[in-house]
Amino acid sequence: MTAPPVVEFARVTRSYPGPPPVRALHEADLMVNPGEYVSVTGPSGSGKSTFLNLVGLLDRPDGGVYRLDGIDTAALADADRTALRGRRIGFVFQSFHLLRHRSVLENVKLALIYTSVNRRARTALALETLDRVGLTHRVYARAGHLSGGEAQRVAIARALVNRPSLLLCDEPTGNLDSANAAAVLALIGELNASGLTVLMVTHDQQVAGRAHRSVLIKDGFLR
Amino acid sequence: MVPATRLGLRDVVDEAVAGMLARPGRAGLTVLGTLLGVAAFVTVLGLTTTVEGQISNRFTALVATEVLVQDTTDQPDAGTAFPDDAEQRLTALNGVRSAGLFWEVADPGPLAARRPTAQEPGENLKVLAASPGYLRAIHARLSSGRVFDTWHDAEHQRVVVLGSGAAGRLGITWIDEQPAVFIGGTPFVVIGIIDDVDREAGTLLSAVVPAGTAEAAWGAGTGTRALIDTEIGAAQQVGDEAPLALRPEEPNRFTTITPPDPRELREGVTTDLGTLFLTLAAVCLLIGAVGIANTTLVAVLERVGEIGLRRALGARRRHVAAHFLAESGTLGLIGGLIGTSVGVAAVVAVAYLREWTPLLQPATVLPAPLVGALTGLVAGLYPAWRATRIEPADALRR
Repeated sequence: MTAPPVVEFARVTRSYPGPPPVRALHEADLMVNPGEYVSVTGPSGSGKSTFLNLVGLLDRPDGGVYRLDGIDTAALADADRTALRGRRIGFVFQSFHLLRHRSVLENVKLALIYTSVNRRARTALALETLDRVGLTHRVYARAGHLSGGEAQRVAIARALVNRPSLLLCDEPTGNLDSANAAAVLALIGELNASGLTVLMVTHDQQVAGRAHRSVLIKDGFLR
Repeated sequence: MVPATRLGLRDVVDEAVAGMLARPGRAGLTVLGTLLGVAAFVTVLGLTTTVEGQISNRFTALVATEVLVQDTTDQPDAGTAFPDDAEQRLTALNGVRSAGLFWEVADPGPLAARRPTAQEPGENLKVLAASPGYLRAIHARLSSGRVFDTWHDAEHQRVVVLGSGAAGRLGITWIDEQPAVFIGGTPFVVIGIIDDVDREAGTLLSAVVPAGTAEAAWGAGTGTRALIDTEIGAAQQVGDEAPLALRPEEPNRFTTITPPDPRELREGVTTDLGTLFLTLAAVCLLIGAVGIANTTLVAVLERVGEIGLRRALGARRRHVAAHFLAESGTLGLIGGLIGTSVGVAAVVAVAYLREWTPLLQPATVLPAPLVGALTGLVAGLYPAWRATRIEPADALRR
């Protein structure tokens, strides 16, 4: 049996009442299959953030159908959407969103406390994931003491630790110098090569070029 | 369907503690509010109990055992209402330890340690006429010599017992050579000096002469009163019986002043002090709660990004609320624990300094840390609600 698409957008629309009223996304259609690496590019104000929030189940569309792993998200209650988000989507943000006062290990384990992973297994899972992103030597360092590249790799480890279906990246290299940006993109590429589906939102065409497929969003239209 | 996300109790506590330790300075200041509130709560309640106990002790020891009998006649020439054997009649009553009559001698003249002259007329000191039982009833303690007895009284002996203050004014510090003082020019032998008394402290500034001697020297006294020292718990009954014992045919000649019922007094004190102090403690706790609420609200506003992250990682609104409530509750609990310790220490310290017996009710001390925790929880309600209203999409954009 063929696995369903990880992301399936069909005529998804999102408007904001304003004032002034804004239609941020117009009947967007998109399909991301398992193992794909897709980038969504567009200038500022094009609707990238709206698209990302909808894919990440952080916002609800006004119309259309959005299926994640074949599950229609429109009819889901808040708690079910939260569960789907926590278990199936790994987020990587431009500003890392690490808890600066906590260790690298604690930051990664944070993703496991809501998903019913027992306490003993959490450390093993987090260490295994940190090994995957090459950070075993910084396990007990405070997140606030990390370099930008290290911080983003911790954020990627946190996104991966729950074994998500989709890695959703929002400008993952936006706060990094070119060397660290290249390293992070290489890591994301490796993760995709190992079978992880990646959807990356960026305004940087070079970054978008790393993806297998690139989608342009402009004035709320997805092409 | 995907299983719902959950947050275990241990994780709630761990996250709350980690959240506090991330900002130890702020957590310390936040704890301070509850700490002061609970400390004030325990201190005022502890001191109330201690003061009640102290009042009770003093009341029982002195006031509750004192009865004063007065002649109600307001005519000076009506003669004294007290019979000659009044002291014996009163002492014979059940529950009486000692009793004596006393009055202040009117215009006895100045007192002097040497024969008064026009240049040195002496000191204007109070002269008390008293039956021997009076000195026992006031618990007179001597620094030297002895008190007069029934023989001195009956034989009108010219002897005097000086209060320590009066003796000091007259320059008499020892009596081995039986010094004399002159009262209105008449010599009296000093046979004793009173060091301290438990009642009628004015006696310490007086010269006390036997009642019989005073009558012989200055005539019958006016304003005669009887002071009765009773057993504990007997004052009310002795007060009822004394007028009858003194003058069975005319008991209305006397009024008695007895202490109020100790139980009523104690309850009154408890109610008055308790209401006042509880109000103060409640105000302190309210201030502590406002402090926690304010700090927690600021924390929520500062940690919007963290809230968004947790929501993205699978935290439900109720998990976010639990997280902040646990933090504020834990801050309150810590403040409550330290505040209780500080309050207990304060009560003990005050009691030690005032030489009181510290009394702390377990019903006050044991729940106090929980009062702190409850204060923290209540204070965290609004900030926690605010945290749950934060939309993750907005929060992550910051």
